[in-house]
Amino acid sequence: MGIGFYLQFPFAQHALEAAFLVAVSCGLIGPFVITRTMSFAVHGTSELAFTGAVAGLLIANNPLAGALVGALIVATLIGLLGQRASERDSTIGVILAAGLGLGVFLLGYYHGYASEALNILFGNIFGISSSQILLLGLIAIAVAAVLTLIWRPLLFASVDPDVARARGVRTGLLGIVFLFVLAVTVTEAAQIVGTLLVLSLAITPAAAAQRLSPNPFLVTVLSIAMAVIAADGGLLLSFQFATVKPSVLIVAISFAFYVAARLVGPAVASRRRRRSAGPKMAELGLG
Amino acid sequence: MTAPLVELRGATVRMGTRTLWSELDLALSEGEFLAVLGPNGTGKTTLLKVLLGLVPLSAGTVRVKGAPPHAGNPEVGYVPQQQAFDRTLPIRGRDLVRFGVDGHRWGLPFHNRATRRLVDASLEAVGATDYADAPVGLLSGGEQQRLRIAQALLGDPTVLLCDEPLLALDMASQRAVTRLIDERRREAGSPVVFVTHEVNPVLPYVDRILYLVRGRWAIGTPAEILTSERLSALYGIEVDVVKVRDRYLVVSAEDELPTEPGAHAHHDHAH
Repeated sequence: MGIGFYLQFPFAQHALEAAFLVAVSCGLIGPFVITRTMSFAVHGTSELAFTGAVAGLLIANNPLAGALVGALIVATLIGLLGQRASERDSTIGVILAAGLGLGVFLLGYYHGYASEALNILFGNIFGISSSQILLLGLIAIAVAAVLTLIWRPLLFASVDPDVARARGVRTGLLGIVFLFVLAVTVTEAAQIVGTLLVLSLAITPAAAAQRLSPNPFLVTVLSIAMAVIAADGGLLLSFQFATVKPSVLIVAISFAFYVAARLVGPAVASRRRRRSAGPKMAELGLG
Repeated sequence: MTAPLVELRGATVRMGTRTLWSELDLALSEGEFLAVLGPNGTGKTTLLKVLLGLVPLSAGTVRVKGAPPHAGNPEVGYVPQQQAFDRTLPIRGRDLVRFGVDGHRWGLPFHNRATRRLVDASLEAVGATDYADAPVGLLSGGEQQRLRIAQALLGDPTVLLCDEPLLALDMASQRAVTRLIDERRREAGSPVVFVTHEVNPVLPYVDRILYLVRGRWAIGTPAEILTSERLSALYGIEVDVVKVRDRYLVVSAEDELPTEPGAHAHHDHAH
């Protein structure tokens, strides 16, 4: 029973659609996450989406809604307490530890199937309903719309905050908006690859893309492409190798992209640098 | 005489209970080069922030080209100190310059012929065309600062504000960057407010010096300000100013003197 066999079933089609939607959002935010050095924030919000999901399970038997609320609360906390980059790391660490403790505590009161809780940590892409696809689709569209709107000022604020402020960019506000976009994306992704492996879609493809081009727009396109190939490719492979969880294969593919980019990247960079010959003369005021 | 392009009257800035400087009067006219000197934490950068409209005055008035300053003012060009960019940061020289055109506008950075021409011309003007497509993380400090100047000049600003633009640059780059700034003020008549630790690299261009020390200030030509009497009075301790050829050295028997304009560079802002 291979790929073709599984593809007849709605659960497999839904899984592919869900993986695609999640990968596009993750690939889109990834370059900004790296530029703003917020990888740890991704990790923090995704792990605390776990706490939210357990709470959601307990209260309303709805882990997705719980995870969303949890991630948004965490984003707000990080935004309020960790505005300065120097504080952000430790702030996230503190919130992460406290929130995870709460999650484990809540898990003690959950008497459903243990696999339901494990799915939150490691992802469960199968068993996604049409209505969930619709929700994931709406989230993906919202994320893309917001990022398209704030693209230029967010990039400016991320690369060069002092000058951006001088030019009238509201860097603080953009930072908060981006945190919310990140929280929603991460929660969405956690459904597929699990809270523990979200970084494989939200960071790895963007990190790989950065090694291949210095063009910010191209990097985003590459990042999205690699995230989609990893997510849907991993899923398709899991149909072939039924004993391996899809999230594992997704991580494997995205990691392979990263390793390849690291190997190829230096050659790309040095060629580019050589092409731009002559700056030393200009440097001396002679050019 | 025409109205000053930068004007401060009785300007005072307080941060909490501390007064950074008070009753500052300053008027810059076309093409004037003002060097702002003084030890760390005396509010040199804050002065720039006031002119950028990012910090309000606690008292007094400030005008830039006759109007109160506000963030995003196209009349003001801003050149910050160079910074360490990550080697893999996906930003090319031209991207950094382009922020000066439309970085603050909403939307995606779509290809636009007019913008591209503007950016190309600006890169050309500072001699940065050769490395326009290289990632900024691979550029030297001098190359980066040329891009900064291109970025600042894109909007054709009336006033140029520079915050330690020479910090951590080698001598040749310092000279090249200063020359670009000087060119601008001579060709376009932009007054320049130049915050620096070291006055010597810019001395040939400086018209006046604003020297800030712990809430006190003095303003005048280099010859007026850089004297043992004036600086001793400002610092409140015995300070000697020695002129060696074209360079000023400020020395003090007491170790307390936090920053001298020429004796040695303090690179405590450098990354």
